[in-house]
Amino acid sequence: MTEITGAVEVGNVTKTALDRNDAAISIHGLTKKFGNITAVNQISLDIKKGELFGLLGANGAGKSTIIKMLTTMLTPTEGEAWVWGHEVVKERNLVRSSIGVVFQDPAVDGMLTGRENLDFHGRMYGMDGELRKRRIQEVLELVDLVEKADEKLEDYSGGMQRRLEIARGLMHYPHVLFLDEPTLGLDAQTRRHIWQYIRNMNEEKGVTIILTTHYMEEADSLCDRVAIIDNGKIVALDTPENLKDEIGSDTISLDVQSGAEALMQSLRPISWIRSIIANNGTIELMVDHAQSRIPEVMQHANRCCAKITSVGLHEPTLEDVFLKYTGRKIRETGSHANSMIARMHMRRG
Amino acid sequence: MMKQDLYAIYSIWLREMLRFFRLKSRLFGSIASPFFFLAFLGIGFGNGASLPGIPQGLAYVSFLTPGIIGMTLLFSATFAGLSVLWDREFGFLKEIMVAPVSRIAIVLGRTAGGLTTGILQAVIILISGIFLGMAMPSIQGFLMSLLFMILIAATFIGLGLAFASKMEDMSGFSLIMNFLIFPLFFLSGALFPLDRFPGVVKDLAYLNPLTYGVDGLRYSLIGTSAFSPVLDLAVLVVYCSAMLFLGAYLFENTEVK
Repeated sequence: MTEITGAVEVGNVTKTALDRNDAAISIHGLTKKFGNITAVNQISLDIKKGELFGLLGANGAGKSTIIKMLTTMLTPTEGEAWVWGHEVVKERNLVRSSIGVVFQDPAVDGMLTGRENLDFHGRMYGMDGELRKRRIQEVLELVDLVEKADEKLEDYSGGMQRRLEIARGLMHYPHVLFLDEPTLGLDAQTRRHIWQYIRNMNEEKGVTIILTTHYMEEADSLCDRVAIIDNGKIVALDTPENLKDEIGSDTISLDVQSGAEALMQSLRPISWIRSIIANNGTIELMVDHAQSRIPEVMQHANRCCAKITSVGLHEPTLEDVFLKYTGRKIRETGSHANSMIARMHMRRG
Repeated sequence: MMKQDLYAIYSIWLREMLRFFRLKSRLFGSIASPFFFLAFLGIGFGNGASLPGIPQGLAYVSFLTPGIIGMTLLFSATFAGLSVLWDREFGFLKEIMVAPVSRIAIVLGRTAGGLTTGILQAVIILISGIFLGMAMPSIQGFLMSLLFMILIAATFIGLGLAFASKMEDMSGFSLIMNFLIFPLFFLSGALFPLDRFPGVVKDLAYLNPLTYGVDGLRYSLIGTSAFSPVLDLAVLVVYCSAMLFLGAYLFENTEVK
């Protein structure tokens, strides 16, 4: 938890220009209200250069609104934010030329081919003909769409469209790439594919990446650091490992048919067991590195002739972290107000 | 204006062209209704049945053609401005708005696209009119009519853009069509001389920029007009600047939710 309070304080203390230049993104008290609804509430955050940063939250938590403010699509109601050293309201064009964005909903022209969509993009970013041609080929290869390049976008599958949008976001060598729910609605195989691209871009090209997601696995496997967003606020911020560590150790649960008492006696002296809870014929052991401890537990059970019918293993996931900080699972929708915003966003695209 | 902005204007214009020529049904659809207006009204009212107010000896189709050119420009230009709504609906507006180019360049690119497609359609209608019996205009007359076409188209692109910037979705579209575009058309003197309107309605027609556009087109193409062409030109220039400014201003401040 020290990480979280630390990061929030950094936002509140007066920052120097040097700090801002050092961070890829620096957010200070950022707030967005839609009428009476506060979609984003006093968020402060720093994202380092080269980081792969995740905003994790349920639909309507405010993730997309944060992204839209950082990408100059929405004007903040209060607060300030710097992207690559440029202020998002006063220096919009400088921000725009530093970033690439893949929005949550498709933002392609279905009547144009893949190549024409990329060509349009290249021109909008001031790339001349030769450079455009070369970059288009490069990014098409990156996302395996060379053969589909001259087909209209409306004939692409959802996953192919998504890949083209990611290619487009990278075409102009952005310093910071924003990915708003990059794998929403895609099948498992395409999702893993896209994860791989995202990782490569971050590691090989050194692009700073900010992605939003409501998929726990996505945040867990991809991100260097994760901010959990709930009701427009950051409720937790750390590496996925540290966040899971806070939840505590792994749990081994044993269904015991007979000899539970004897087994408890036998296990109690063991130093690596942090705690034992017995409940209705189930014994739960809190341990670290549970997988490698199971054999030893079984030996103890044999020795005292306890009969075990099943063994369960539970490692903390980001889902547990999310549950701890928000009081609910991520698939349950947020408060009424926020689900209204979510619907608004869905409708408008 | 920076090089990048010029690239952007060209890019947006090029996209409009690709879309316009790619969708054949839209291309024919957009030209069909003004053509039918021209052909059926022109033939139906014929040469003999000149309406009062139309100069003696002038065929109705000659009187009508500039009016239908005005109608074509009114519809295609307003659509071009409103097409921001389609982009909003289908998400492409975000791709445009997040690009590091000035908002003015985006407005100019759209305007250039709308002007090109609008004037192309208008010229097709002009040629149709000549086939249907309108006298061939002089070169000077044709060039002057192009000037009026540009002013009319730019005025209504600005208007469409202004509406599209303020509307969140397509729900208001039919309202605009029925309560703005059609009245503008009927109150412009495109089909018959304004003298036939009663006083109040006539005053409304005098406020309508298309009235001056159609009148200027008539002067250019058939050499007869209700007002002086200088007045037509002056009024249109004022309207055109005001509408483009309004459209650009509202678009500049539009948020993409």
